Order: sequence, then structure tokens, then C-alpha cells
Amino acid sequence: MTLGRLWSDKRYRAVITQILVVAGMFMLLAFLATNAVQNLEALGKTFGFEFLQAPAGYDINQTLIPYDSRDTHFRAGVVGLLNTGLIAVTGCIFATILGFILGVLRLSSNWLINRIVYCYIEFTRNVPVLVQILLWHAVIVHTLPAVRQAVSPAEGVFLTNRGFYVPQPIFEDGFSLVVVAFLAAVAGVIVFSRWAKKHQEATGQIYPVFSIGVAAIVGLPLLAFFVAGMPVSLEMPELTGFNFQGGMVLRPEFIALWFALSIYTAAFIAEIVRAGIQAVSHGQTEAAFALGIKPNWTMRLIIIPQALRVIVPPLTSQYLNLTKNSSLAIAIGYMDIVATFGGITLNQTGKEMEVMIIVLSIYLVISLLISAFMNWYNRRIALVER
Amino acid sequence: MTDTTERYEPGTHPDLPPPMATHGPIVWMRKNLFSSPLNVALTLLSIYFLYLIVPGALQWAFFDAVWDAGSRAECREQGQGACWALVDVRFGQFIYGFYPEHLRWRVDVLAVLFLIALVPILWDKAPFRSRWLIYSAVFPFIGYFLLVGGLGLEPVETSKIGGFTLNVVIGVTGIAASLPLGILLALGRRSNMPIVRTLCVMFIEFIRGVPLITLLFVASTMLNYFLPPGTTFDLVLRVLIMVTIFSAAYIAEVVRGGLQAIPKGQTEAADAMGLRYWQSMRLVVLPQALKISIPGIVNTFVGLFKDTTLVIIIGLTDALGVGRAALSDAKWQGLAWEVYVFAAILFFVCCFGMSRYSIYLEKKLHTGHKR
Repeated sequence: MTLGRLWSDKRYRAVITQILVVAGMFMLLAFLATNAVQNLEALGKTFGFEFLQAPAGYDINQTLIPYDSRDTHFRAGVVGLLNTGLIAVTGCIFATILGFILGVLRLSSNWLINRIVYCYIEFTRNVPVLVQILLWHAVIVHTLPAVRQAVSPAEGVFLTNRGFYVPQPIFEDGFSLVVVAFLAAVAGVIVFSRWAKKHQEATGQIYPVFSIGVAAIVGLPLLAFFVAGMPVSLEMPELTGFNFQGGMVLRPEFIALWFALSIYTAAFIAEIVRAGIQAVSHGQTEAAFALGIKPNWTMRLIIIPQALRVIVPPLTSQYLNLTKNSSLAIAIGYMDIVATFGGITLNQTGKEMEVMIIVLSIYLVISLLISAFMNWYNRRIALVER
Repeated sequence: MTDTTERYEPGTHPDLPPPMATHGPIVWMRKNLFSSPLNVALTLLSIYFLYLIVPGALQWAFFDAVWDAGSRAECREQGQGACWALVDVRFGQFIYGFYPEHLRWRVDVLAVLFLIALVPILWDKAPFRSRWLIYSAVFPFIGYFLLVGGLGLEPVETSKIGGFTLNVVIGVTGIAASLPLGILLALGRRSNMPIVRTLCVMFIEFIRGVPLITLLFVASTMLNYFLPPGTTFDLVLRVLIMVTIFSAAYIAEVVRGGLQAIPKGQTEAADAMGLRYWQSMRLVVLPQALKISIPGIVNTFVGLFKDTTLVIIIGLTDALGVGRAALSDAKWQGLAWEVYVFAAILFFVCCFGMSRYSIYLEKKLHTGHKR
């Protein structure tokens, strides 16, 4: 058979195309690899990860774990990664809460509130998040007063251009009792809700699982807290000399980044929530009312479960976006993984290739983990079909 | 009977206005603002909120604003409002960046030609559309020639391109190049050939899994290692490539959604008609799939355009970068509000326009099945 006849056969054509693609791929990779080897040689650089163990030699202004400039580049990377994680988690939580509230308000029959939320959503969505981050950072740094003239909206809270100083809780002995109580409450609620479900399936009797659960999870640790004699004290920040001593400081970079990312993502989440609720046909509500189900049960048992199905997949991508957008931290000097490891470490060691490979793989792993988790959650709430 | 009441033949009485209880501003307010205690509370709260924000903002942005001054100190002498004088003084830089001043007319001409090229793409009833589209297809080459020079025009280094021009150049090139690439990737991901499919999936998931900023870092620090020794590669071009493949991966996912929504019967019918793969895609599947993916595609474009601001992090000076440079000028220090609000408005106008256009398209293309 000639090549031409092979080509006109659909099956062989697929095989030939793939062979060509693979060959092309390998040629490209080989080309890139030889270039990289030659270039590295020309520059006298070697490829390797030994630099991770070398002392970093730079300071990081916000650390969740102990760190100083004599620690290794590896530890600096971990500190940066934890800072990324902090922004991602706090940002996702605030964005979700704000987004759900705004999404519901957007559907409100109140014309005025509806318009205000619409303006908020359109304005936030259509302005680059980087502009917003820089704007909020500038607002904190330029318009808030200096340390000595700090604004104090509540006792122990000071707003300054160097950050927000807040009281730091100090956990004393006996706080473990509260933690144990909390864990016990969570375990108890899980067992109770399983039992209640079985009971309902068997007898049709419904227990208020949600309110009992909330009461147990909040109440039990609170009880333990008082029984143990309130083992938490607050360390207040105090102005001594030119700066505050004690307490906790939320740095302007953190606040600006967290706030900007949250309100930006919240606008997208609000639209997702609105679309999700609107996607549940009105017939569902009418049918529930016709069956005599109370309005708030209709919401909880009929509308929300169906709306969540529409909401969760796009919500996942918003969480991913927020996490990825947190890399913009470098623009205002928040020390996340890109700023510490991809910025300073890269410049100090000159190991562009190794550093970028590590940073890219870290983000890849984070993304895959978030989507794996949300896919699992999505499967749980998905419609069970035949 | 007296003639005080007019008589009408049946069916000739003019329509009376509806009763006051069903229309008019008061009824509208009662229905839309004060329908329930909760709504009353929300309305009052909103009014209070607006009262807090709007007068102050207007005062700052217009009534107390200073339009003409030479430095921040001069601004403060004249008023406490916004110092728009900064934007006024730097306006040329905001738009053109560091493009040589005597050559700025080339950017202006480019903008006019670009708008002309845009018309037949956006407006499907444009006269002579098919011939006009040929011009649109040629436009990128004219644009490159005008911007960078050559062939008799004074050459300009690409590093001089900046300001909003740079945002638009990156945005438009990225949009134009990422759509075809994204469609190819989407088709590859849906292909029957396992190797092609795997490669496309890996590529798409990798790009979507990492932030654009790290890819730009790769472009600015690492890409040169992979090129033959001695080649220098323009930074703007490297950024363009990265932005294009970044948004192509997102377009691919949007288009894949559209492709999945097309019933298999369509491909089977095209096969039965004897169409080859590319024919059936081009004539049957893609027109339908692209139509339903338009909102997603435009959203990706809006995102891409917003992301063009990230280039400041690797040292290019776009509109935002010009603003930051102005802020570090001792004469204008501390005017962050003015700079960022101006940048925000600049981007808002473009992005909002794009999303409005997508809504218009969506409505127009929504043929049939409309209830």
C-alpha cells in the first residue's frame, strides 16, 4: 500500500497523525533541552536544587512559623507558601459570605438595593483586580494616620498606616478542654445527624438537626470555656515610643490584598449565586407550597439543594482564581510564595529554572487539590440519576 | 335629558387614565421600595448608605477637584478635592507611554484604523462586509508596521510602547490569536486520538493551574534559556505569546463546554452527508457550539484585557505602570486615589462595553426556543 492510500483510510490516518504529533513533540522537547543545556553551560550555571539548603539571608515581614534571615531558602519558601495559604483561605471565606449575601440581595424585589448591588457587581468585575489591590493598599498607607495618631474604633484596636493592631488572644492551660469539647461536639453532631436521617427514613419523624447541631457545636465549647475558668486572656497592643508593643498586627499588605481579592471575587460569586437560584424553576416552589411545606423549609429542602448543584462548579473556579490571583501580592510587597521564593530567592541565587519549576508545580498541586476537593463535594450534592 | 353628559357611540369612548391606585410614582414606590417591613428597612438603610457615600464622592471628584496645577502642593492650595491636574499633565503618558512624542500620530492613526477594522467584526449588517473583513484580516500587519516602524517609517523599539496603547496592543493581539488556538485545543481535547487528546488535556490543565503572573515570570526570566544561544527575543513579544497561550487554554474550556452541548446526532448527520472531519466541524458543529459559548468567550476576553495590567510586575510600563511612575515622582507623591481611580475608569469603560456587547449578541443569537 502506498502512503496516499494509507492516508485516505480513517483508522490509519489517526495512527499516522499521532505518530507525527509524538515525533514533533519529541523534536521540540529535544530542541528546547539542548538549547537549555547549551545556554546554561555558556552562563556557567548548573542545574540542581542544592541552593534550597543555603541560608536565605533576607527577612520576611509576615511569618506564620518562626523564621529569620539565617534560615534556608527552603524554609523561606514554606513561609511564603503559608502566607499564600492564609490569603487563599481567609479570602475564600469572606468572598463566599459576601458573595452569597450580595447574590440574594441582587434578587431582592427592592429596586434600590437591587440597583446598588448591580452597580457594585459591575464596577468591581470590570476593573482589573491589580488596580483594586493597589488602590486599597494606597488607601491604607496614604490615608490612615501614622502610628502616633492611630484611630481606635474599639478598645485595643488601632488603625494606622502601618497596619491594624488588634488584641492577641493568649491561650492558657486548660484551653485544651475547649478544643476537646469542640471536637466532641462535632463528632456527636455527625453521629446524631446520621441517626436522625435513619430515624426519619424509618418513621417519617423529622428532628431539627441543623439547629441542634449549631447549638451543640457553639454551646459545648462555650460551656467548657466557662468550666475551665475562661483560660484565654487578651494581650492589648500598647503604644510605646514609636510603635505598638504586644497584640497582633495585620499588615497593610495583608489587609489590602485580602480585602481587594475578597470583594473582587465576591462580585463573581454573587452573579453565580443569582444564576443558581434563578435556575431553579418556580414550579418547584409552587409544588412545595402545594404539598404544604413551610416557606423556610421549602428554601432549605427544595430550593437550596437544587441551586447548589448549579452553583458549586463555577464556585470552584472562583476559589481557584482567588488563589491564583493571590500571586499579585508581589505588586504590593506581601510576602507570598511568588514574592519570597519566586522573587527574592530567584534574584539572589540566579536559579531561574529551578525556582520557576518549583513555583509552577506548587500552584499546580494547589489547583489540583482544590478542584479534587470541590469535585468530591460536587459529586456528593449532584443529582442522583438512574 | 340635558346635554351635560356627552354621548358616545359604542366603542368610541376615549380610554380613561388608569385609576391612581395602580400607577404613578407613589404606587411604584410602594411596590418596589416599601412592600414589606424588611424592604422598608433595606430601603432606609440603602438611602443612608448612599447619603454617606455619594455627596462626599461627588464633592471630592467634581466640586472640590483641581484641574489645573503644576504639583501636588499647588493642588492643595486650591482645594481639598481630587487633583486631576496630575492626570491632565500625564495624560499623554497614560495613553502613549514613552512612545516618542513626534511619532504619537502613528498611534492615533492606528487607533482610527483599528476602529475601522472593528466595525465589520462587531456589526454583521455593515455594508460591503465581506470585503471590509479582508481589510480587518490585513489590519494586524498594518498595525505592526505603524507601531514598530520599518519600510521607510522611523523604527521604534517595542520597549517604548507603553501606556494604555500597550494594554490595547496586548489585549487585542491576545484576543485575536487565542480564539483560533483555543478552538484547536478544544477540538484536540474532544478528539478520538488518545495521544492528541492527552497532550491537549495536559497543556490546558497546566496553563489553567498556574497564575498568569508566574507564566510572565517564566517569559521574562526563563524563556531565553530554551532558545538557540545568541537569540534575543523581544520582551513584549514574549509577553504576547504567554498571554495568548494563557487565554487560549481558558477559551478551549469554554468552547469545549459548547461542543459538549451539541448533540451527537449533529456529527453523525454530518458524517452521513459525507462531510470530512474538518468540513463537519466548520460547517455544522462549530457554528452551533461557538454560538452558545459566546458569553463565556467574551468573559474570557474581558479577563484577558484586565490581566494585561499584570505586565507592570515584569517591568513593562502600561497605563497602570505610568500611574505608579507618576506616584513616585516627588512632585505628585501621595495622589494614589486620583491615579488608580483614573486607571479604574479607563478599564471599566472598555470591559463594561465588552460585556454589554456580549449580552447584546447573546440576545440576538438566541433564535428559537424562546419563551
